[in-house]
Amino acid sequence: MPGLLEGFSAIVRRDLLLAWKRPGDVLNPLFFFAMVASLFPLAVGPSPEQLMLNGPGVVWVAALLATLLSLNSLFLSDFEDGSLDQIILSPQPLPLLGLGKAAAHWLLSGLPLVLVSPLIAITYRMPADIVGVMMLTLALGTVSLSLLGAIGAALTVGLNRGNALLSLLILPLAMPVLIFGARTVSLAAAGDPVAAGIYFLAAYCMFALTLAPFATAAALKISNE
Amino acid sequence: MTGLLSGSDLCLLRGDRCLFQQLEFALNCGELLFIEGVNGSGKTSLLRGIAGLLDFETGYITWDGQKILDAYQGFRSDLVWLSHQVGFKGDLTLLENLQFESALRSCSMEKTAAVIERLSLAPLTSLPFRYLSAGQQRRVALARMLLADARLWMMDEPFTYLDKAGQALVAELISEHLAGGGLCVAASHQAVVIDAPTRRVTLQ
Amino acid sequence: MWSILHKLASPPHFYGLSAKMIPWLYAAGLVGVAYGTVAGLFYAPADEEMNDGFRIIYVHVPAAFISMSAYMVMAVGAGIGLIWRMKLAHAVAASAAPLGAWFTFLALITGSIWGRPMWGTWWEWGDPRLTSELLMLFLYFGYLALRAAIDDTAKADKASAVLALVGAVNIPIIHFSVEWWTSLHQGSTLLKSGGPGMHPDMLYPLLAMILGFVLLFAALLLARVRTEILSRERRTRWVRDLIMPAGEPA
Repeated sequence: MPGLLEGFSAIVRRDLLLAWKRPGDVLNPLFFFAMVASLFPLAVGPSPEQLMLNGPGVVWVAALLATLLSLNSLFLSDFEDGSLDQIILSPQPLPLLGLGKAAAHWLLSGLPLVLVSPLIAITYRMPADIVGVMMLTLALGTVSLSLLGAIGAALTVGLNRGNALLSLLILPLAMPVLIFGARTVSLAAAGDPVAAGIYFLAAYCMFALTLAPFATAAALKISNE
Repeated sequence: MTGLLSGSDLCLLRGDRCLFQQLEFALNCGELLFIEGVNGSGKTSLLRGIAGLLDFETGYITWDGQKILDAYQGFRSDLVWLSHQVGFKGDLTLLENLQFESALRSCSMEKTAAVIERLSLAPLTSLPFRYLSAGQQRRVALARMLLADARLWMMDEPFTYLDKAGQALVAELISEHLAGGGLCVAASHQAVVIDAPTRRVTLQ
Repeated sequence: MWSILHKLASPPHFYGLSAKMIPWLYAAGLVGVAYGTVAGLFYAPADEEMNDGFRIIYVHVPAAFISMSAYMVMAVGAGIGLIWRMKLAHAVAASAAPLGAWFTFLALITGSIWGRPMWGTWWEWGDPRLTSELLMLFLYFGYLALRAAIDDTAKADKASAVLALVGAVNIPIIHFSVEWWTSLHQGSTLLKSGGPGMHPDMLYPLLAMILGFVLLFAALLLARVRTEILSRERRTRWVRDLIMPAGEPA
């Protein structure tokens, strides 16, 4: 019986190596994140009160959209070059490999977002202590999004207009993460307690961690038929 | 019918078309199952069904006495798959690709040098995989078969993109594998003769 | 017991049985709706705050109830179809989805109309029920879009089944999130006079309407499932015998 940790780390390492060879795949969603966050002041005006009020929400929506953008191609190249066959037929449990893909996706998409978010927060005049809460919510939230998004990516890989469809499938399911993530940061800005929101995000994260890989595996097998 | 690998009452629909029905086969150690038929007759679908990648309408496949869907992980541990697409990443080098494969299968890389040498792949190990020609890529896929410690080889069109020497190499590798007690299921529209006990399934 | 279920799961039997059930379901449903409409519109006393405007709950509440129940029917059908590979279950899921979507839309429209006098606007984000219903509609859209994007029926069945199950698991979480979100901002909820505290003259017509809607939904669902069955089983003999009476060339 092959070692489980070996299989998991094999696929994470492979995806990281692939991203290393094509840095654009990682940088593009990051630029997108920054640009979307810049749209709001340009569109609604630069008044400081409005910026401070909307900052958490805007950062969160931008993070969500950037994540959706990078989810599109999660399984695409594997599907197209036949690697998906090999992954499904490998001795490793498929949910574990699906978890590995989601983990690699987070390292390449969610984590950079979390690290870049303070820069965006500064432009929205977010105070430093709030930025900490924001990064924590983004960290927990993007993990959930990677896990949930992997299901959507698995369901839509190989479909013609998969891009828009992926967003349509994932957005309603991502609402709880968005709601709790953004509003918790707003609560922090207002000086209210944030424990409830953080606990919810952590609980949802655990929930997704345990169940999403199985749904992803089922979806991959179905899409690969 | 009984055998290490067997299928009974297999029927497959593709859309509205019934590709085949009431199909059965049995395969034992040292035997080759050759699936033949013209393009579009369902050879690939049958092969994928045997591997468990798609569902049959009726019937089931058994491996070692158990239905494969009941003991799917055990079945997968004992098989290695060669499909029409080689299943390697174009951006990674040959070596990086094989390293990934061996990590998935928990087999060591020690045999790798010997296999690369045998398949004349030594000068290509540091190139990005997409720079290899189609024939060279197929040979790397053969390396996967040799490196995996699997009894069942499943090959979809193993002779495409290969010249006469390459095809002879494939035939030789299959014969060796069968002689060592392995099994092989191959689908091809080319009629190639391999020196081993062969059972045939012909699809219309 | 299993043999009865097994028989029911066979498409020809289901087709025959549902044909007999549908007229009864329609009849009973219409009776319930008729009583509920008449009693609710004419005989129930007017609400203190909302006057006659509240009467729209006689459509809104049943529609919202069905919108949730239809998703559950869809998810259960999808689960049974996926795990036990029962084609009829997939047909039920596929049939429930468009119906559920329409009832959700109806719930949204009536909810908006109901809230208008209270809120002064056609849409109030702060109302948890309305926002939840909207997200429900998006879930239905996603399901229908995924189905439409996959040509092969069996593959579409399985893929949308996974989606339906993931959605079903998430629905309670989504509702909870929206509740929490609106509670932060003093929300104006729709159904203040709900539950056992309701005057019986208001309650009974409401229950009758809900029951009537359920029966009508069941009738509509069975009718759709019958069409699905005919379409999916079009290559089988029993369907051909049904469509083309004996004596005609195939």
